[in-house]
Amino acid sequence: MSTNTTYNESHPNSPLGARGLDYLDQLESEAIHIFREVAGQFERPALLFSGGKDSITLVHLALKAFRPGKFPFPLVHIDTGHNFPEALDHRDKLANEIGEKLIIRKVEDTIREKKLTEPKGKFASRNQLQTFTLLDTIEEFQFDACIGGGRRDEEKARAKERIFSVRDEFGQWDPKLQRPELWNIYNGKINKGENVRAFPISNWTELDVWNYIRREKIDLPSIYFSHERDVIEHEGQLVAVSSFIRLDDTDVVLKKNVRYRTVGDMTCTAAVESVATRIDDIINEITATKTSERGETRIDDKVSEAAMEDRKKNGYF
Amino acid sequence: MSMDLLRFITAGSVDDGKSTLIGRLLFDSKSILIDQLEALEKQSRNKEDGEIDLALLTDGLRAEREQGITIDVAYKYFSTPKRKFIIADAPGHIQYTRNMVTGASNANLIIILVDARHGVVEQTRRHSIIASLLNIPHIVVAINKMDLADYSQDVFNNIVIDYAKNAKTLGLKDVTYLPISALKGDNIVDKSENLNWFEGTTLLELLENVKLENDVNLTHARFPVQYVIRPQTEELHDYRGYAGKIISGIYKKGDEVTVLPSGLSSKIKSIEISGKETEEAFAQQSVILQLENDIDISRGDVIVKNENKPSVSQELQVLLCWMDNKPLVKGNKYLLQINSRTVKSVVKEIEYKLDVNTLQKNYDLQQAGLNDIVRATIKTASPLAYDSYAALRTNGGAILIDETSNVTVGACMIQ
Repeated sequence: MSTNTTYNESHPNSPLGARGLDYLDQLESEAIHIFREVAGQFERPALLFSGGKDSITLVHLALKAFRPGKFPFPLVHIDTGHNFPEALDHRDKLANEIGEKLIIRKVEDTIREKKLTEPKGKFASRNQLQTFTLLDTIEEFQFDACIGGGRRDEEKARAKERIFSVRDEFGQWDPKLQRPELWNIYNGKINKGENVRAFPISNWTELDVWNYIRREKIDLPSIYFSHERDVIEHEGQLVAVSSFIRLDDTDVVLKKNVRYRTVGDMTCTAAVESVATRIDDIINEITATKTSERGETRIDDKVSEAAMEDRKKNGYF
Repeated sequence: MSMDLLRFITAGSVDDGKSTLIGRLLFDSKSILIDQLEALEKQSRNKEDGEIDLALLTDGLRAEREQGITIDVAYKYFSTPKRKFIIADAPGHIQYTRNMVTGASNANLIIILVDARHGVVEQTRRHSIIASLLNIPHIVVAINKMDLADYSQDVFNNIVIDYAKNAKTLGLKDVTYLPISALKGDNIVDKSENLNWFEGTTLLELLENVKLENDVNLTHARFPVQYVIRPQTEELHDYRGYAGKIISGIYKKGDEVTVLPSGLSSKIKSIEISGKETEEAFAQQSVILQLENDIDISRGDVIVKNENKPSVSQELQVLLCWMDNKPLVKGNKYLLQINSRTVKSVVKEIEYKLDVNTLQKNYDLQQAGLNDIVRATIKTASPLAYDSYAALRTNGGAILIDETSNVTVGACMIQ
């Protein structure tokens, strides 16, 4: 038996002030809900952890979702070998602090075992190659769901991706065969060999993440804050001098105060000039800035208009 | 001041200027950044007229850009100091009814675009019917392209009168009418001299000020259990926490509760949010509940309070939007998922098909196709605790999953 009357027509004096949630509370609650759906629907999930601010935020949300219990999944890091040492230190410290299992698989090993060709060039990036290691790791541990920090505001192709996004056994995403996702109901049914990529912070923007990090006082690797670094300028972007990039005679090494907005590989992440040493300063800079996160700091996305769409179809996160 | 969150959907086709409207909101609220603008200029140059085409901002996939249409629901974000906004941008053509239903399922508000030159047309009625079926609380009828109708007050008023009849038929409650021009930016973010006869607010002001508190139900307590937390450590040996999101109502420590569908009862021993104990928790919060008695509860159960209980039954009357290329055949079996519960089910009867343009009922049919909306009877293998969708959106919507393909094939609004 059901009725046709609306229950909430007369609302007993409960303005948003008393029992309303602000946007960060709502985003947090939605993310926790998604984490628990993954835990409830899958046998062998994993949390893909890069050491960047988005995956650190995911760990923070997972603590809220599952404590006082343990995480029902390990943290998995696909190590390209081109990471910022500060991010790796932070990764190990965090995993140790929370006492959760950390699995590391190295692109280096995949290149050796599978005789892959190392990319060449000035900023030879292993970004493409990490897809191989990721897919091997999924197969090795039989992961059926991989939780990631992807956000829909990052890029046009991501704007259409579901919160539970099904990948075939080659890790491929087919934008035309996505399942409709209604209400807060997530369909995690898959065939053997397939897996789901789950994105708890799909609906967050870069600024939301920073505001949440500030509110929750989440600890980040030092490279997110202003520091002095040797860089070269390349097509308007500042790239850190490291053993992973090739310096040419024409390159001028500059000392600059910089910080990072995203933390990918040292070869494909550019720095921004900044004197922001506190989160408040960073948020002010982002609010005032006129370039999007990926546009400013990802060397790999500028290649073509459909760059991300193509890489996602091939199994990239 | 604390910001809240509004999710809205825009309904309309390319011809109505829907993408231009979204582009305008993002552009005028300064949510478009330089590199995105550069990409936009580059793409606009490939078109004939050379002007920046705001619509390109929302066309995400290459296939869509090439065809100049939107195929899938895209989500866009912007915020003002008052609110964060999540836009579900869904295509409006009849062959995309399923996408509109998808986008509408989470929306608090819908913007229905009407071309000032054409007035209320079949598509307007279809979008309004879907808004009504999906029970979207707030409706904005944006009468667009006022620049092409000489910014005429009469044109606007006539469309309002016409639409109001439609709204009455459908029982739509909170309807607001706005004259706008998305292309020229009239009355979107800034008031317009061209529309100086209009005394209402701009679109953005409206979006910022729509009251949302009544959209959340605080009287019918529903807590679907997603996951059971059992640390099984020495100090937490007996800890058994039920993790989930309160979808409606308020729970307090000490409340008498019933677990459905089993009907077992207990009392709330503790409520935890983010590791901290609290006296009460309410709709939309993700929490952990512990109960006084050690009773058998697992994922898919619903913990409710003893007043205002939901229905419990194995037979559901639903309005069903079919979303798959394979037809829905009477007698077929599907998995039915409502919140955290998934059960086997069978479609026993298809009573009629609803014409989404006219509301006419077409009886005597054995199957339904993609984008059809039908009234059906579903029998489930075990009892479900549910509410009618019209009364409680968060516990009256369910999806059907094809067990052979695992695809989500239907959206049910329980009657």
